[in-house]
Amino acid sequence: MTALLSVRDLSVQFVTDDGVVEALDTVSFDVRAGEILGVVGESGSGKSVTALAMLRLIRPPGHIVGGAVRFDGVDLLTVSEEQMRAVRGRSISMVFQSPRTALNPVLTVGRQIARLFALHQRASAPEAWRRALEMLVLVGIADPERRARQYAHQLSGGMCQRVMIAMALATAPRLLIADEPTTGLDVSIAAQVLELLRDLGRRTGAAIVLITHDLAVVAEVCDRVTVMHAGQLVEMADVRTLFARPLHPYTQALVRSIPRIDQDVTLEPIPGTVPSMLAPPPGCRYADRCPRVLDVCRRARPALLGAGPEHEVACYAVEQDVGVTVR
Amino acid sequence: MHWRRLTANRLSFAALCALLVVVAAALLAPWVAPYDPDETDAAAALSSVSLHHPLGTDLYGRDQLSRLVHAARVDLLVALSATAVALGLGSTLGALAGYRGGWVDQLLMRAVDAVMAFPAFILAMGVTAALGNSTANVVAAIAITHVPIYTRLIRGEMLKVREMEYAEAARTVGNRPRQIVLVHLLPNCMPPLVVQATLAMGFAILTVAALSFIGLGIQPPQSEWGQMTAEGAGYVVSGEWWLVLFPGLAIMATVLAFNLIGDTLRDVLDPRMRGVR
Amino acid sequence: MGFGGYVVRRLLLVVPTLIGVTIISFALTHLLPGNPALVKAGPLATPEVVQEIERSMGLDRPLPVQYWRYVSGLLHGDLGESASTGRPVLEDFRQRIPATLELTLASLLVAVGIGVPLGVLSAVHRDSVLDHVSRVLGVGGVAMPSFWTGLLLLYVFFYLLGVAPPPLGRLAADVTPPPRLTGLTVLDAALAGHGGALLSALHHLMLPALTLGFAVMAPLTRMVRATMLEILESDYVKAAWAAGLPRRRVVYGDALRNALIPVITVLGVIFGFLMAGNVVVEMVYAWPGLGHYAVTALVTKDPGPIQSFVLFVAVMYVFVNLAVDLLYGLADPRIRLR
Repeated sequence: MTALLSVRDLSVQFVTDDGVVEALDTVSFDVRAGEILGVVGESGSGKSVTALAMLRLIRPPGHIVGGAVRFDGVDLLTVSEEQMRAVRGRSISMVFQSPRTALNPVLTVGRQIARLFALHQRASAPEAWRRALEMLVLVGIADPERRARQYAHQLSGGMCQRVMIAMALATAPRLLIADEPTTGLDVSIAAQVLELLRDLGRRTGAAIVLITHDLAVVAEVCDRVTVMHAGQLVEMADVRTLFARPLHPYTQALVRSIPRIDQDVTLEPIPGTVPSMLAPPPGCRYADRCPRVLDVCRRARPALLGAGPEHEVACYAVEQDVGVTVR
Repeated sequence: MHWRRLTANRLSFAALCALLVVVAAALLAPWVAPYDPDETDAAAALSSVSLHHPLGTDLYGRDQLSRLVHAARVDLLVALSATAVALGLGSTLGALAGYRGGWVDQLLMRAVDAVMAFPAFILAMGVTAALGNSTANVVAAIAITHVPIYTRLIRGEMLKVREMEYAEAARTVGNRPRQIVLVHLLPNCMPPLVVQATLAMGFAILTVAALSFIGLGIQPPQSEWGQMTAEGAGYVVSGEWWLVLFPGLAIMATVLAFNLIGDTLRDVLDPRMRGVR
Repeated sequence: MGFGGYVVRRLLLVVPTLIGVTIISFALTHLLPGNPALVKAGPLATPEVVQEIERSMGLDRPLPVQYWRYVSGLLHGDLGESASTGRPVLEDFRQRIPATLELTLASLLVAVGIGVPLGVLSAVHRDSVLDHVSRVLGVGGVAMPSFWTGLLLLYVFFYLLGVAPPPLGRLAADVTPPPRLTGLTVLDAALAGHGGALLSALHHLMLPALTLGFAVMAPLTRMVRATMLEILESDYVKAAWAAGLPRRRVVYGDALRNALIPVITVLGVIFGFLMAGNVVVEMVYAWPGLGHYAVTALVTKDPGPIQSFVLFVAVMYVFVNLAVDLLYGLADPRIRLR
């Protein structure tokens, strides 16, 4: 089955005063039509950078230095800015973290949604406004006429997030990227937002890439999951398999660190911190924190290999377990 | 460690060197100046830049370089005194306001607000006009306009220290106010104070120069950069440019040096104050 | 009712500030060296006459009473008399204000017209040649005394190039002034249709406005640049871009609009610099405004005008800051709609 969006060997660098930061190291994954793909990792793992790179929103001092992002057969990294603009907000759209700061504080929320209709579908002003109100209803905001005339600071966090989702879905995109959509929201509000996302995804048929550091969120709504660590993609599986049989030591540590009510488990935080990506060592970047580290891990990067149907992992220790000779 | 950062920035290093040159010239004026600044020479009146007179001469044939170097003393002295007085007075008032609180604080803060309601130069004009034209009065005028900055700064820090004090065991141990000031207040205040004082030096020089230019403050025969510019102002329209260029250049170079050093100090000493570069 | 509260609170703040200003001004006028009664009486007056005059001027009363007399005088428009012109200071002010106003407005135009675009372009094209040049100009400009800038401009544009007029006032000597409607020569000439006067007025306004405008431009440019840079990094700019809005529209539409709001707050400070700079620039170009009047009065040992000038500027400054704060509150929906 051909993927809706296909990322291959994507690498991103940031040039800072202290040196070159390699934020993404040859990341590859597919997004299939209609699915909800989770991208999980600690802060600094490169999840948000991946999202920005997919929409070619990386600006200096950041640069996309390699790879391809294929959408509808076209590599988005090679098209012109004008063509890219036609894709952004129309075929692929994005919902940002911290909803209140992602909304323009001096424009009414209604205007912010309406102008997207004017931009992408050449709707007239009254038509655009009408459709903006429709979107507000769609995302579950009561009293849309009044709310549309309000500003971001007059709405609650949850409502702001709904407005963001309304903006993202305004033009019925085929892919929605949601970067930490529930961070900073109350648990109950977060649950509502997730429910909304899943519901709208199903209704519109849009695929969703859900970026989060919270495994509970992933377990709740995702179909498949990719796990990232320090700019490298370490494991990819469907959600059940990932939780039932995590293979990569990092994934295992992540899963173990989730507090559980139904079991008596000691909370085990993952030792160490995400390594500096300033001139990083070759090889697997989890090596310094990994309980199963081998010599080869520090020398060369493990390839992403299949470990079962809908399950890929990049780890020499796993290769060893299965009997693949490790060089 | 900090010294390395300061000198690493080539620009601020150059500024520091330039400032040292100015200070040295000022301190050593009587020995550095080629002529007596008051010595007249009718034959050489209004002569342009030359080997004999590197910065030219004025209407009376006085050597401009000598006058410039002597004027440096006045400008630097005034700026230094004004800044020192403002620092001392402002800090004391601020500490008092912050420590005592209550009506003392309110009164001092209203007074500070009233002073800050005037544009600084305008107030300096008023004070100098009221007190009379003398160097001491100019120092007083400039000091008055600078006091509010330090008062607010120290008061802020003092309030923070007082809050800490309630939480700390120091209270129960019975630390005396002087100890509190020395141990808690000063180390926190040092960085912003040093930065402010450095930048204030630049403003002080610009103020005394402007005051002298319009005829307030430093009077002849004492030379001062702004006053020298005023004397030369009338000759610009007839083409004698050197009387105006060099004093103004001296002002600009000195103020620029203080500003650059102050900015670098700000970056080095107090990262909180760092603005966008 | 949040905004109403904001307005009321802001208005209330004005009162104690004005009181403080008048107290300082009173202190300054009473610190003047010499006995004003003596000056008024003249050198041949006997001590009894001087005492009589003192009593009539209220100089023998306790200070608070004198202060009260001072303030009530102010409220009635009594700013004293000018010994050199022999007229009430208020009269002289009224005659001189338009010149200062014209210069201030023109300089503001220069500062905003050049400073704001420069700041915006510096931020948008960060670390470009333009950015570096503008930052150098900013740092350098702040260190240049405005009288020096003015004199240098005079030298270059009047003496060397001959394109600027001699610093003798607002109009060329051989041009008939237009009928005085507003007192702003440029405006009056335009309204009356006097092409020659209009050109001459603009010609004479050119250098002073450039001098003063350049002197106050630096803080404006710096703030615009800083605010713009901050906003360009903000989430909503990224979100707008992610939604497909063209980069140009996002930068010069959304970002700029947001950036200009905090810039309003700096206009108050700019006004303070303008008034301070006015005095010096008016002296350099012999521009017949308030500052020139106050300073020349001093030279003739006439102390009244300068203190009245100081008070006047302070009061204006208070009200300008009030207006700026209120304007800012209106412009920012986060304050307007609490």
